[in-house]
Amino acid sequence: MAFTNEQLERYSRHIILKEVGVKGQKHIMEGRVLIIGAGGLGAPAAMYLAAAGVGTIGIADADAVDLSNLQRQIIHASSDVGKPKVQSARETMNAMNPDAQVVTYREWINAANITDIINDKNYDFIIDGTDNFPVKFLINDACVMLKKPFSHAGIIRFQGQLLTYIPGKGPCYRCVFHNPPPPDAVPTCRQAGVLGVMGGVIGTLQATEALKFLLGMEGLLNGYLLTYNALTMDFRKVKLAPAHSCQVCGPEPSITTLIDYEQAVCDLREYHNN
Amino acid sequence: MSGQADARQTSARVDITDVVCPVTFVKTKVALEELEDGEVLEVRLNGGEPIQNVPRSLKDEGHKVTNVSQLDDGTFLLTVVKGGLL
Repeated sequence: MAFTNEQLERYSRHIILKEVGVKGQKHIMEGRVLIIGAGGLGAPAAMYLAAAGVGTIGIADADAVDLSNLQRQIIHASSDVGKPKVQSARETMNAMNPDAQVVTYREWINAANITDIINDKNYDFIIDGTDNFPVKFLINDACVMLKKPFSHAGIIRFQGQLLTYIPGKGPCYRCVFHNPPPPDAVPTCRQAGVLGVMGGVIGTLQATEALKFLLGMEGLLNGYLLTYNALTMDFRKVKLAPAHSCQVCGPEPSITTLIDYEQAVCDLREYHNN
Repeated sequence: MSGQADARQTSARVDITDVVCPVTFVKTKVALEELEDGEVLEVRLNGGEPIQNVPRSLKDEGHKVTNVSQLDDGTFLLTVVKGGLL
């Protein structure tokens, strides 16, 4: 793959980095990243990955853009209200960088379709930009079973967290959190609120993990949980112990098929309304 | 500065007088990418910012600048050994 002069200029700030260079930019441009959720986390992640030149970006979300999304989901504009989020996201990404091949999946992710979607373009890295526990556990289990690295993240109010799973290189999400909380035990960000910038901070860190993975760099958040508290402006990087008896990634897994956990009632109502 | 590198044959040439920073170094990196360690690249560049920055950036990335000469038209020629400082 030879660069055009326009690409050399577009990616010049990457290429001059010792850690990226011409080879690294090629790795980025040959990279395939799947973003699940075109919301608060997925929006900035998708925009930075498109801008960086990631060659194939999948984006999965069944929702349409709602006025209440625009306070934080910066990939969508006021004129996009009512439009499928994946379509609005693709338009923004291609306006930034026509090089990016954006593959849209206007579907809710569940146990029946997640494997096909990940295998569709044989994605190298998956970004969990979802807002509910059932799908977070589903993404984890699917990635463990398919041996795919992924970035988990969550945001609520003034808090955010993320961790990275790399097969064979540290714990998975289920090693740390075991099982989803009972439906309605934990408020969703719809009920609890979230400061708009939280998705920007944490989603951009997820995009950083994806880029570093494509570049073959070390120093990712595998084996660590990074938390951010915007009230106190504290970042904490917590070392995670590998769980030898994990139900899904341990040597004798008890979970060998994908599970659709029950959604919280308020989420279900919204699910069926769309 | 003279060494055995000076005697090596130039493997490739790149002219970066038609671009400005940082594309100057980007084009130089692209040209180096095609070479093996130890091969020699000749770079034609302008005075001022390019001659101040490009040799330094090359050095930072482990390449050895073995010769700098000024041409009659005021541009410069660099001789660079890929990976010569590694």
